[in-house]
Amino acid sequence: MAGRPTSQDPKLLRRLLRAKDRMDAASHEEWPVERLATVSGVSEAHFARSFKEAFGVPPHRYLLTRRIERAKALLRDTDQPIIDVAFQTGWNSLGTFGRIFRDITGESPSQLRARERTAHHQLTMVPHCFVSAAHRPNLKMAVSEKRRKDAGDNGSPPDDTEVS
Amino acid sequence: MSQFVGVSGIYVRDQDEALSFYVDKLGFTVHTDARNGDYRWLTVQCPEQPTFQLGLFKPQPPTVDEATAETLDEVVAKGAMPPLVLLVDDCRAAFEHFRRSGVEFTQEPIERYGSVDASFRDPSGNGWKLIQAR
Repeated sequence: MAGRPTSQDPKLLRRLLRAKDRMDAASHEEWPVERLATVSGVSEAHFARSFKEAFGVPPHRYLLTRRIERAKALLRDTDQPIIDVAFQTGWNSLGTFGRIFRDITGESPSQLRARERTAHHQLTMVPHCFVSAAHRPNLKMAVSEKRRKDAGDNGSPPDDTEVS
Repeated sequence: MSQFVGVSGIYVRDQDEALSFYVDKLGFTVHTDARNGDYRWLTVQCPEQPTFQLGLFKPQPPTVDEATAETLDEVVAKGAMPPLVLLVDDCRAAFEHFRRSGVEFTQEPIERYGSVDASFRDPSGNGWKLIQAR
């Protein structure tokens, strides 16, 4: 996998970026491949592969990182109950949210909230969206894979559902 | 001694397209449009900020080689270039105006942190924040 990846047409990339932008703008919504492919004007078969090639992660894993990022921001910046944060960021169940949140960030939503509350922030001069990007989880493998790894391959059978 | 930034540039995939976007849609004015062979030095500016020029540059030989030019076009199209900020006195009004002109917004105006901000992209993929000056 070394070297420069195959080049992609800038016009195609620009349209793939549009799908990424749309997920950014509404990560709480459902984004089946069909919907994303329509935004980008490419076939469903072509979309997922092209997106991963362009942005390094499959579209749904990207969506997951955005949801966690938003959830982290809401936990940090608001007093909303965790269940509200979960529903607001696109999960249908508190259990799934808590599990995936812990898998990705290494702590539970309430632990993160408690820790962030005590931390001293010096980012007030940076435009909000850039701070947000800096806090985006850097998810390099599938959540199920991360979970397996953390469990030392002894845990319960993997749940491959990344995004409900 | 005093110093200030006079020109800073962004990469665009097509200078005619970019010129039309920044001038016709965003209301910038052309400062310099000079050609030398295939090379075109193109800068625009906000009418109210005459000391600063935004360069709209196409990555191309001889400035960079063909392969690098392709890579740069791709990087811009992926939205990976650094953020740009356009300050306005009324974000919502600017949003309505630009959207009617056909600007592609990626985030509608949101009021937060004592200001209002929105986001849009140029045709090449450069991302702008539209922020209401405090």
